[in-house]
Amino acid sequence: MTTHAHNLPNVASRLKDATGIALVSLLLGVPMIGLKTVDAGGALAIATRWPWLLAFVATMFVGRLVLQFVLDHVKLNKAKRARTRPEIGATRPWLKWIGYGVVGFALVLPIAFSGNRYVVDTATTVLIYVMLGWGLNVVVGLAGLLDLGYVAFYAVGAYTYGLLSTHFGWGFWETLPVAGAAAATFGVILGWPTLRLRGDYLAIVTLGFGEIIRLILVNWTDFSGGPNGIGSIPRPTFFGLPFSPDSDAGPTFASFFHLEYSPEHRVMFLYYLILVLALLTNLFVSRMRKLPVGLAWEAVREDEVACKALGMNVTNVKLSAFAIGAMLGGFAGVFFAARQGFISPESFVFSESATILAIVVLGGMGSQLGVVIASVLLVLLPELGRDFSEYRMLMFGAAMILIMVWRPGGLIAHREPTYRLAKKGAQA
Amino acid sequence: MMGQFIQQLINGLTLGSVYGLIALGYTMVYGIIGMINFAHGDIYMISAIIAVTVLTLLGSLGIMAVPVALLITLVVAIVFTSVYGWSVERIAYRPLRNASRLAPLISAIGMSIFLQNMVQLTQGARVKPINALLPGGFELFTSNGFTVHLAYTQIMIIAVTAVLLVVFTYLITKTSFGRQQRACEQDRTMTALLGINVDRTISMTFVIGAALAAVAGVMVTVYYGVVDFSIGFVAGIKAFTAAVLGGIGSLPGAMLGGLIIGMIESFWSAYLSPEYKDVATFVLLILVLMFRPSGLLGRPEVEKV
Repeated sequence: MTTHAHNLPNVASRLKDATGIALVSLLLGVPMIGLKTVDAGGALAIATRWPWLLAFVATMFVGRLVLQFVLDHVKLNKAKRARTRPEIGATRPWLKWIGYGVVGFALVLPIAFSGNRYVVDTATTVLIYVMLGWGLNVVVGLAGLLDLGYVAFYAVGAYTYGLLSTHFGWGFWETLPVAGAAAATFGVILGWPTLRLRGDYLAIVTLGFGEIIRLILVNWTDFSGGPNGIGSIPRPTFFGLPFSPDSDAGPTFASFFHLEYSPEHRVMFLYYLILVLALLTNLFVSRMRKLPVGLAWEAVREDEVACKALGMNVTNVKLSAFAIGAMLGGFAGVFFAARQGFISPESFVFSESATILAIVVLGGMGSQLGVVIASVLLVLLPELGRDFSEYRMLMFGAAMILIMVWRPGGLIAHREPTYRLAKKGAQA
Repeated sequence: MMGQFIQQLINGLTLGSVYGLIALGYTMVYGIIGMINFAHGDIYMISAIIAVTVLTLLGSLGIMAVPVALLITLVVAIVFTSVYGWSVERIAYRPLRNASRLAPLISAIGMSIFLQNMVQLTQGARVKPINALLPGGFELFTSNGFTVHLAYTQIMIIAVTAVLLVVFTYLITKTSFGRQQRACEQDRTMTALLGINVDRTISMTFVIGAALAAVAGVMVTVYYGVVDFSIGFVAGIKAFTAAVLGGIGSLPGAMLGGLIIGMIESFWSAYLSPEYKDVATFVLLILVLMFRPSGLLGRPEVEKV
């Protein structure tokens, strides 16, 4: 109560603060909002938008006042904000139940929305990002390696399927392990020379690697089709039964099960396919965490020097995390190529890597559930903004900043070690 | 062949100066708060857009004298761009000062996306061409039918970069702000205990970084004559690569890295294939880091336990 009473007379200082913000907004706004260069018959001419600028500055002024007012009343706990890495041992069993709930919801979603193809399609996109997020989580969340070029492995997977299926007629299921192996190989090729680098050097090297892969795909036209990409990639089949209207070539999915042909079958099949792949990824990763190599990932993340001192081969530990993360990215890439039926280097740009990394970090590093929540958020946000599509990427960027500032440790900050020493006396 | 070589040397030096100036901003910020300021490339882009606006405005007012127009553009671009640099730090990085290493990186990426789209929305997505402010140049010599050109804009870029480097070196090594800045790089807690306003020093670092990027933005606008909202990303990545190549945190290293990358780009484009010039840059980066994990001029980091 005392702090509250203390804060009330500060109206003058609040106004001063808001005036400062308005002044800065004015400076920010003049060159971008106030003035605009427009094309006037070949040469540029200046157009002014002073009313907009005024509105912007006024909004910032009022917004700052409101924000301060709200912050005063919420009494934002500074100490709580600063603690971005939660204490080890903060167990939250209810998270597990939320996880089961989410899986249950994912299972019934296509049935609940069976008439709505758009919802199922969007959910499929969400699940691709969930799978990519879980893959990258191995590298970033568990092993603590900053990878800014994860999309390269996604691209390797997608192009492996695209090339093998269009040139050699390989099917989805045969290609899956090959593409995973190819992506993992690329992971090792990149990781072997570079993994001894410190965090941020590794970040720029992985970023460069992602760009190298993309530039090769763009420029090596004979191999990858260049900027035009690869088209008419065959869709996955249900154990050999294609999702097509009745054909002479053999039984289709619809005719085999005596169903009426509907294009929705394929949409739902793709959804369940990525759901199964994603759940297998989750199972695989959570099992890996309990193996010695998985424990080693977390140990290296927490203290690399101590691990070295204990005689661990840190490079091999990191390399295994890198290869497994790459392999999972490759799997997701195969699915992506099979779903789209068309791939081009456009799909594998840096902003895609940034989005996947944002999903991992926004979700809370190392948290499997956090990845799901962040994927839903980051995929749905631009989708919801489709009506005013010009602003969606603007809002996307702003949301990334706001979520990070609001919860620096991620939405579900999770730092539960897989194994812990038993407490004294309480022998487990 | 000599002519071709000299020409590429000049082009590379010009391009390298621009990369070097942007790289200084990256390396300063990295040195003081240990984060990759992903939005720095977009700060440079904003400066280029502002330069287009100012030059158009000056043209419509009838101020055409080259030195005057250039000086006004530089000053205006530096002022407004610095405000952007300051605001970016204040909004996206300062609240995350004590967070884990990845949190500011993500908000920086968010800021970069935000700035790019903000400019696209407010200034339009079309490429903005301006009239050549400083056309022409010297013809140095001709050998084997190849004439080596040295454009006035190239002289301007190299000269302005050189002057700026002298001022900047003086600022960092001799002034009290420079001492505070270097102290913060070494130990922020200790510096704060000595009564230095660490937050303000960090803000100033962002302002100076943005000012250097602003100069680079103005010069690129004058040099190429076309600008759009997406130039920040590629330039930012190249400049960051330059900073890492030279050893991140090292100021001479950033400039050296910028020059090396400028040279590789122009020589690779001229003698080999322009399509793969960026691949060459990144491959060189990986090779250098394999043998010198702290960059060319970086000090190897000793980890204390």
